[in-house]
Amino acid sequence: MSATGIGAAVRRKEDQRFITGTANYTSDISRPGEVRAWFVRSPHAHATIKKIDTKAAEKMPGVVAVLTGADLANDKIGGLICGWAITSKDGSPMKMGAHPAIAADKVRCVGDQVAVVLAETLNQARDAAEKVKVDYAVLPSVVDPAKATAKGAPQIHDVAPNNQIYDWHIGDKNATDAAFASAKHVTKLEIVNNRLVPNAIEPRAAIAEYDQGNDALTLWNTSQNPHVARLVISAFIGMAPEHKLRVIAPDVGGGFGSKIFIYPEEVVALWAARRVKRPVKWVSDRSEAFLTDAHGRDHVTHAELALDADGKITGLRVRTIANLGAYMSTFSSSVPTYLYATLLSGQYAIPNIYAEVEAVYTNTAPVDAYRGAGRPEATFVVERLVEVAARELGIDPAELRRKNFVKSFPHQTPVIMAYDAGDYDASLTKAMEMVDYRNFGKRKAESERKGKLRGIGFSTYIEACGIAPSQAVGSLGAGVGLWESAEVRVNPTGSVEILTGSHSHGQGHETTFAQLVSERLGVPIETVSVVHGDTDKVQFGMGTYGSRSGAVGMSAISKALDKIEDKAKKVAGYMMEASADDIEFKDGKFTVKGTDKSVGWGDVTLNAYVAHKFTGGQLEPGLKEGAFYDPTNFTFPAGCHIAEVEIDPETGKTTIANWVAVDDFGVIINPMIVEGQVHGGIAQGVGQALLEGASYNADGQLITGSFMDYAMPRAGDLPSFKVDTTMTKCPSNPLGIKGCGEAGAIASPAALINAITNAVGHENVPMPATPGTVWKAAQRAVMKKAAE
Amino acid sequence: MALEMTGEYDLPQKREVVWKALNDPAVLEKCIPGCETLEKLSDTEFQATVKLKIGPVSARFKGKVALENIDAPNGYTIVGEGEGGVAGFAKGQASVALADASDGCKLTYTAEAATGGKIAQLGQRLIAGSAKKTADQFFENFVEALQDYK
Repeated sequence: MSATGIGAAVRRKEDQRFITGTANYTSDISRPGEVRAWFVRSPHAHATIKKIDTKAAEKMPGVVAVLTGADLANDKIGGLICGWAITSKDGSPMKMGAHPAIAADKVRCVGDQVAVVLAETLNQARDAAEKVKVDYAVLPSVVDPAKATAKGAPQIHDVAPNNQIYDWHIGDKNATDAAFASAKHVTKLEIVNNRLVPNAIEPRAAIAEYDQGNDALTLWNTSQNPHVARLVISAFIGMAPEHKLRVIAPDVGGGFGSKIFIYPEEVVALWAARRVKRPVKWVSDRSEAFLTDAHGRDHVTHAELALDADGKITGLRVRTIANLGAYMSTFSSSVPTYLYATLLSGQYAIPNIYAEVEAVYTNTAPVDAYRGAGRPEATFVVERLVEVAARELGIDPAELRRKNFVKSFPHQTPVIMAYDAGDYDASLTKAMEMVDYRNFGKRKAESERKGKLRGIGFSTYIEACGIAPSQAVGSLGAGVGLWESAEVRVNPTGSVEILTGSHSHGQGHETTFAQLVSERLGVPIETVSVVHGDTDKVQFGMGTYGSRSGAVGMSAISKALDKIEDKAKKVAGYMMEASADDIEFKDGKFTVKGTDKSVGWGDVTLNAYVAHKFTGGQLEPGLKEGAFYDPTNFTFPAGCHIAEVEIDPETGKTTIANWVAVDDFGVIINPMIVEGQVHGGIAQGVGQALLEGASYNADGQLITGSFMDYAMPRAGDLPSFKVDTTMTKCPSNPLGIKGCGEAGAIASPAALINAITNAVGHENVPMPATPGTVWKAAQRAVMKKAAE
Repeated sequence: MALEMTGEYDLPQKREVVWKALNDPAVLEKCIPGCETLEKLSDTEFQATVKLKIGPVSARFKGKVALENIDAPNGYTIVGEGEGGVAGFAKGQASVALADASDGCKLTYTAEAATGGKIAQLGQRLIAGSAKKTADQFFENFVEALQDYK
């Protein structure tokens, strides 16, 4: 390993500019002559638009234009789409309602855009927006997914009777029912997976510019996947041909999934820029972000686990209602289906699984992928069920897990996924040692002496990431392939540029990708730059989500580096008058096998470009190679998180006393970055379990619409995590990487709720487990104890 | 509706006088906190402009106020709905009942209020307090206005 190669805990190259305020985010960019856009948004959750009067607004100072949904329709700009087709049990396709970028006839959630004001300054646009008169006829609304399909519920989209988008299933119903019929024990749980607001630190933004001379558009936006944005905006929305649309996603301050999707505001910015022939800049404020960024989770689930007399799991049965909000966001349909139900086997050999998922419209913001996307929901179902089953059966929860672990690989689950490698015993054992499980009883007794309740909870999670084999996802309804691309450009002086289809919005690609190059070419990471996020510079790529940049994105780079190495050996062969087959390349030096003749990396790169040692007929000049990598399987990171809590029964305050995470991420490029990803993931999972919850009132108003009412985790809510890893190589990609970006958020809610329910001695503690919720549960425990 | 309130006030005037005052736009304009204009459109309808501040959101609401279920001189329901531009909307209704008392008249009310848009998003936890305060302020003003009312 070189000092900055694979496995080195080098500091992130990009952090210098992020922490010194010299990064270049979309809102930092200004274009000459730009106008500012401000959207008029619906204050009603559900209403028909009777009339929009823009006249007064148009007369306001600085106003350039006021545009409505009717103008958008006149210009034949298409609506937003969901790109993953799900088929219902009865064979019918999902019911996708129209989603115009500006509502024309009807608004379906608070925050739905009804007009856009363009003005010289932001304040002028905001002032004028106040003068846009919208005449609404308010309709009844529904926000609770469990009530959306009820008789008499307000109808949100005409194409989706009873607000049902699809009623999908997976697994063998009859076999699973039979397993339950013959079960010795059945554990049942009602679970609400609470709705979350993503809250990336950088709100969404877009700047669109129209080049009249070339009839071409450029969009700077906060995207996790600029090429996918370009494809959708071009091919489906019909804004401009793909080659006449450039999308640039510069530095992006966090995404967590919420910036994967194509949003109405960027479509409107492009359209408006061409209409007024001036650049249009829109920057979301935090209030808009709460209302309009796609939210996460929001499942209502009934789950059952069947066990035999030996404590072996024989079946799992799940029925979930998934709230997709008012419109189907870009990948919304896949989250509660193929990213959720396919992980319901957890780390266990479960012979029979049957899951039904009904997706519904409600008068709330669209719901789509949020860190983990479907897999946190699945892990929560499985890990709560297993923990509760162990308590009901009086078996140690670790032992019940161990008894049911998948132990031989590959393992085909009944729900599509084929696990390729893992060692679940190893991570569980290590985590139990690190948390000192043996002495938990002593710590519990000590807490009790202080009048506190102590609990411990496990989560032995698995996730499928490294998304994903194109053929496989295509057969499941995906409208795209999920390979990745890379180009490696070696300059004459030996420095290297990596052009990647992955997109970094906090993950540290500029460091980890450079580490791979450093490892392979023997060059220091300082001489490697990573270019991403610009469709004019970088070849088509699929972007970053689903913990895919390491496993898929870096594998593409690795493939391109193979080609670079082959070519460089040929150049070195001409330089040293030897056959390329006889050239060895190690630590940046090319040596003729069995001799002391060698040339350095810089000599070879220069010779590749001056081409003095070979004619063009023998070898093409230059040193630049590209590759596309399509994975052969998902990757399966897995591990064990153990949370230990102490609860004050007088106040309901939960203190996390101890947190251990032992993860198997396969080969690790940079352990410091991986640990950071684990920390961040746990923080988000703790946020979901203890603090966060998006809440709409019965009228469809978002009543947790600011940081006053929506609690984000803070440093003081979290302990110092104990993080370690175990390692089984991922067999399906050349680097052995599994991915680490989502694991913390996937594993942690179940571990924490298992710990809290263990402390208070009963299972009904819904998320977020706020002090009020925990206090009620804790008081029961106190009273029970007093009665004894 | 999102919020419900009730209240009871002893008023220093006879029921008939209180009833007259409750139907007098000049009195209402003076008593409604933040009321900038109140125009009578008909015997039972008014056009109002009211400036309200709820938490961080301050807005001028324009809307109609209507009197319904009129049962002179025993009570009515006052229904209002106002648009506050980007701040959103507020709507509410209050049923007011008057009864004779030894030294004047007893007024009881039950009110409901709902808000939408930015005012609901940002001011949610402050709305209950603000609404109650607004109602109390109205009746304090009303008691004062009744002192020399004839």
